[in-house]
Parts: sequence; structure tokens; C-alpha cells
Amino acid sequence: MSDEHHQELSWVRKYVFSTDHKVIGIQYGVTALFFLFFGFCLMMLMRWQLAYPGQPIPLIGSLFSDSTAPGGIMLPEFYNQLGAMHGTIMVFLGVVPLAVGAFGNYVMPLQIGAPDMAFPKLNMASYWVYFLGGVVMLCSFFVPGGAAQSGWTSYPPLSSIASEGQTWWLVGMLFLIASSLLGSVNFIVTILHLRAPGMTMFRLPVFVWAQLVTSFLLLLAFPALQAASTLQFMDRVFGSSFFLPSGLVVGGEALAVSGGGSPLLWQHLFWFLAHPEVYVLILPALGIVAEVIATNTRKPLWGYRSLVYAMIFLGFMSFIVWAHHMYMTGMGTTMSNFFQTTTMIISIPSVVILTALIISLWGGAIRFTVPMLFALAFLPMFGIGGLTGLPLGLATPDIHLHDTYYVIGHFHYVVAPGTIFALFAGVYHWFPKITGRQMNQTLGKLHFWTSLVFINGVFLPMFWQGMAGVSRRLYDQTFYAHGAAVQDLTIISSVSVWLLGLAQLFFIVNFFRSIFAGPKVEDDNPWQSTTLEWATPTPPPHGNFLVTPTVYRGPYEYSQPGVEADFTPQNIADGNIADGGTTPGRS
Amino acid sequence: MEIPHVVEVHPETGIANAKLGLWLFLASEVMLFGALFSSYILLRVAAVEWPIGSTILSVPMATFNTLVLIASSVTVVMSWVSLKLNDFAKYRVYMGITIVCAFIFLVVKYFEYTAKFDHGLSPATSTFLAIYFTITGLHAIHIIGGIVVNGYLLGPGARMWKTDPEQFTGRVEAAGLYWHFVDLVWIFLFPVLYLL
Repeated sequence: MSDEHHQELSWVRKYVFSTDHKVIGIQYGVTALFFLFFGFCLMMLMRWQLAYPGQPIPLIGSLFSDSTAPGGIMLPEFYNQLGAMHGTIMVFLGVVPLAVGAFGNYVMPLQIGAPDMAFPKLNMASYWVYFLGGVVMLCSFFVPGGAAQSGWTSYPPLSSIASEGQTWWLVGMLFLIASSLLGSVNFIVTILHLRAPGMTMFRLPVFVWAQLVTSFLLLLAFPALQAASTLQFMDRVFGSSFFLPSGLVVGGEALAVSGGGSPLLWQHLFWFLAHPEVYVLILPALGIVAEVIATNTRKPLWGYRSLVYAMIFLGFMSFIVWAHHMYMTGMGTTMSNFFQTTTMIISIPSVVILTALIISLWGGAIRFTVPMLFALAFLPMFGIGGLTGLPLGLATPDIHLHDTYYVIGHFHYVVAPGTIFALFAGVYHWFPKITGRQMNQTLGKLHFWTSLVFINGVFLPMFWQGMAGVSRRLYDQTFYAHGAAVQDLTIISSVSVWLLGLAQLFFIVNFFRSIFAGPKVEDDNPWQSTTLEWATPTPPPHGNFLVTPTVYRGPYEYSQPGVEADFTPQNIADGNIADGGTTPGRS
Repeated sequence: MEIPHVVEVHPETGIANAKLGLWLFLASEVMLFGALFSSYILLRVAAVEWPIGSTILSVPMATFNTLVLIASSVTVVMSWVSLKLNDFAKYRVYMGITIVCAFIFLVVKYFEYTAKFDHGLSPATSTFLAIYFTITGLHAIHIIGGIVVNGYLLGPGARMWKTDPEQFTGRVEAAGLYWHFVDLVWIFLFPVLYLL
């Protein structure tokens, strides 16, 4: 590696407009954690209205303006804004940027032994375009009429006639889509071209495979929403009628548009993105869990190749299941039949992945570290999320369950105690490499157990509410007798949400305390892991590796027969195994 | 720190980073225009009445523009070939012609658009005109993007020819690929919107 251009970068180039994938990863991580917390706060507000409809919000109620919550009592319009923006922020500004932008950016190049991403400047652009998209979304709360309020799905014609905030939402989405396009091109080229010598495709850690499949999904699915957002933008700004049918009446008056459009068209385009997006949320999480499980069971992952093939198949299938979100739109039984068949097929690779991870635990000498606890909890939680999805994927039971709290319970089990738990596992797992300090294990365990209990308190009651027929979009479900009958469950959910919010204080305190005062890690490889990110100095310098590593073996060679140490890093040649798998290039 | 495969090709894919990245970008673009063309089909199939494009739009102008774009596709290849033959002066000529063609296309497009607006035709008039303005507008933005990239490679970006001719040739090739794609979209647009 040539260092002839080595010169001290200015503070701005080093920490703000940096092209180093690790700095960009941290920028993504911090921004995404902020948005996760912000989106969670929106939800904590909504849960007050749901549990105690029409009562003033305690403590902070007086802070709200008359156009949102006069006297602390939330207006229905504001409730709708909170709901739409909670979904948008959590998915597009929180979970995906954390799973892909942060962990993908920081860890993936290290795991493949690359000095940086293939296009460092594009990488920087990707972050800043994402940042702008986030700013636009936040600003939309302050425009006349407030933020978007047509749900995160923005179905027309409701969204076409909504207030100005919806236009801001569309512009924000176009920024986020551009950002993800730049990112996904960069990820794929990096994984295909920048692997270290000896790092064949089937020696890649599962996390890298997950990022590769995810990038293809982002690359090929997001353009559909880009097209849809452009069309809706045309409808709203230039008066076209792509999604407005003829003869539409709003507020008792015929709408003055040419008509001839199709609201269903939006749904097709939207879900063509948004179903692969579900796998964008879950695949990196599965990758993190695979890394954490392999490290903490001290044995190779079971069925590495099955895992990889299942992920590729999952990625492919995710493009042809989208209309299972649309059984109730009257698109016809032939379409429903096709999409319920593909939906049942896509559950097979999901089960393969989950089974491989569960069997990986078998006979392992499990270390119950904090990341491992989160990874272990991920398995049954994701399982519940997946299994409760089956009735929704079949057209007939979906007639009863569609758009009820059952749906909310189902996908939150996949994304919240599923993906977000996996992301917590990732934070606890890679924190020592990123900062050079360990997080506190006691606070971590408190965080884990309280989160596990309360998050189930939030989402488990929703299955019963949904089966009782309560619609997910109601501002006040006690208005209806069937809703009032299960109001107790709503209160359990709400109280659990607030307690879950409190439980996150353990994480926040631990996170910031450990950055400055956590015990320093003695070793570059504190978890005694096999993958390449642990073969760098701690924290890794610009350019990552002191010498370009050469890879001699697969990613999970733990407890190999005839080897004294219970782990053999990927960059150790056969002749050097005897010295206990020590790491070359140690700082 | 040096990023591998900026210039030298990767043994497994047979191409360098920028070219692979550009192919991936084009795959994404195919999905974008594919989604718009699919929307066109769905809207047209569901429509009660749908005009024949040639009764509203100017086929002669569009035919002229088609020829201009095809010519520019040829010249952008010639500019790359010139670099391969180590003839920088010819590169400048051919790249210059490519950019001029792009401007001619936009000028014709401008007259087409204004003629429609003068007759009170806009995206609000009908779904046909709405999809016409959206797809051709998006295509025009891509043309402008091409002008910016090709203009950079003709102007300030050309300095790289002296320092790193191989990487510069790679950049011209990548820009050329993009330019072909933009032309190809028009080859689909023209019959679908103007003739069918």
C-alpha cells in the first residue's frame, strides 16, 4: 500500500465530509439511531391517544401547538401524521440506514479484507443525500397542514388530495431512493471486486452475503417507488391524474381533474418496492445474528451453503410476492392465487435460514454475552413474526385479518424484536472494534431482559385485538363496541411501550458512557472471532489493514479438530495454526 | 491507500470497478423506465379511450430527434475509439459533436413542449399527455445529465488524459455506456408514445 499521498486531512474532511467507509458508517449509525429514537417517540405519543382517547397528554401536552394538539388533546389529523411518519421514519430513515448504511458500510469492507469501498466519494454522497432526505422529512412537520398523513404507504387518492406535507414526503423519498441507489451500486462492486486474495465467494461471512443480496434488492426494487413517487408528484404539483379515477368526488364536490387514472397502479408500484424492502429490513439482521451466533457458540455455522442459497432464493422470490398486500383490492382471484402461491413458497427459504441458525446452537459451548442474548431472542421473535404472517399470506384468512392490529403485530414481530434486536446485537458485538472499548455487560443485560419483556407486552396483545376486528387506522377504537371490548389490551400495549422507552435508557447511558469510559479492549480480537474485521488494529486506521490479508479458509472455523485454540481466523495459513491462531498485524 | 481494480480489470468479472458500477446503475435505470412503461400499459389497457400518439404529437420532430440521438451514439463510440488509438484531438472533436447533438435534441424538445403548452395541452389535460410529459421529461433530465458528464470529460476532466490515460479512457467508456442507454430509452419511447 502506497502512502506517498499521506497528509493530514482537515477536521472537516476527516469527520464531516469523510470518504473513509468507517467514518461514513459511524455517521450513518448515529443519524439512524437518532431517527429510530425519534420515530419511537412519535409512537409513544400515539399510544397515549389510543389508550386514553380524548384526554390531554400528560407532562408535555402543553408544548403542542393549537394545530396539532390544542390543550394537549391530540387532533385526528395530528394522529394521522404521527402514524404516517412513524412508519416512514422507522423503515427508511432508521432501520435500513442502520442495518445497511451503518453496519454494512463499517463491517462489510473489513470482513472482505478491502482497504475501503470501491467508490469512496459516492459513499460520502450517499450519506449526505440520505441526510438531506431526513431533513426534508423532519421539515415537513412544520409546513401548513403538517407532515404526510396518508400512512407510510401513501395510498391515493387520499394522498393525492392531502395537504402540502405529502409533497414534502415525496421529495424526501426521492432523496432517500437516490441515496440507496448510490449505496447499493457501491456495495455490490465492493463485494465482487475488492475481496482480499483467497476470499472466494463461498468464504464470505454470511453477513457479507446478506449485504450483497440486500443491495440487489435495493438496486432493482427501489426504482419502482421512484417511478411511483414521480407520478404522484406530477399528480399533486402538475395536476395530472395518474392515480385519480374519473368521477372522483371529494367533500361532496366533483374533483376538477381529467381522471382516467388508477389508484391500484400506485399500490402495485409501491408494493413492488415495499415487499423486497421487507427483506432489506430482515436480511442484514439475519447476517448479524449469524455472525454473533457463530462467534458465541464456538462452532461452525450449520449449513453455511444452505444459508447462502436460501438468501439468494429469498431475494429472488421477494420480487414476485408483492400483491399479497392487495388481496382486498378486488384485483381478482387469479392474481390472488398466483401471489398466495409465491408467498407460501417464499416461506421455505425463511424457514431454512431460521432452522440453520437454530441447529447451529446444537452442541455449542454457548457464551451468554449481551450480543448473544439479543441474537438468541431474535430467533423465536422472528419465528413468531414469520409464522403469524402465513394466515395473512393466504387470501381467505386475510379477508378477516386485513388492515387489523393483527397485521401490525405480525410485521412488528419481524422488525422490532426481530431486526431491531439483531441491530442491538450488532452494536454490542462490534462496539469494541469500532471504539476500542467494551460496553458494560450488566447494563446490557438489564437492557436486554427489560426490552424482551416489554416488547412482547407491546405486540402480543395486538394479535387478539386484530382477531377481534379492530382496524389498525382508528384514532379512537372505543368509538366502536368491538373496539371498546378490547380496550384493556390497548392499555397493556401502551403501558408496555412507555416502559420499553424507559428500558432504552439502559442502552443510551451504556452507549455514551462506554464511548468515553468503557474498559479498553486489550486484544484486537476480544471475542476470539474468525472473520477478518478482527484482524485489523483497534479501531481500524484509514486503509484498514496494516498488510493486505490473505485468506486461507472459510469464515467459521471454530473448534477445529487438532487445533489447540478453539478458533482459526480466516487469514491464518495452515502452517501457522500451531501457534494458537494469533492474529497477524496486531497493533 | 489504493483501491484495487480502479484501472486493471478484475480477473473474475473481466471489467474494472467503474464499468461494473455503471452496468449496475443501468440495471436500476431499466427498472425505473420499466416501471414507467408498465404504468403506461396499465393505464392504457384500463382507459375508456386513448388517443393515437401521432394525432397529438409531432412525428417529424421526433423522427429528426431520433436521428440526432443515433448519430450521437455513433460519435460517442468514435470518441472512445480515438482515445484507444491515442488521438486526443479527434477525441475532442467527436465528444464535442456528441454534446452538440444532445443540445440539438433538447432544443427540438423545447419547441415540441412549447407547441403543446400553446395549444393548452398539459399533464392535466389527459392521462396520455400526463405520461408523455412525465416519461419524456425524465428522459430529458437524463439527456441533461449526459451533457454534464460528457461536458466534464471534454473540459476539466480531460486533464486526466495526461496523468492517467487508461483511467480516463475507462471513464469515457463508462460515460459512453450511459449515453447509449439514454438513446436506447428514446428508441423505445418514440414508437410507444408517438406512433402506437
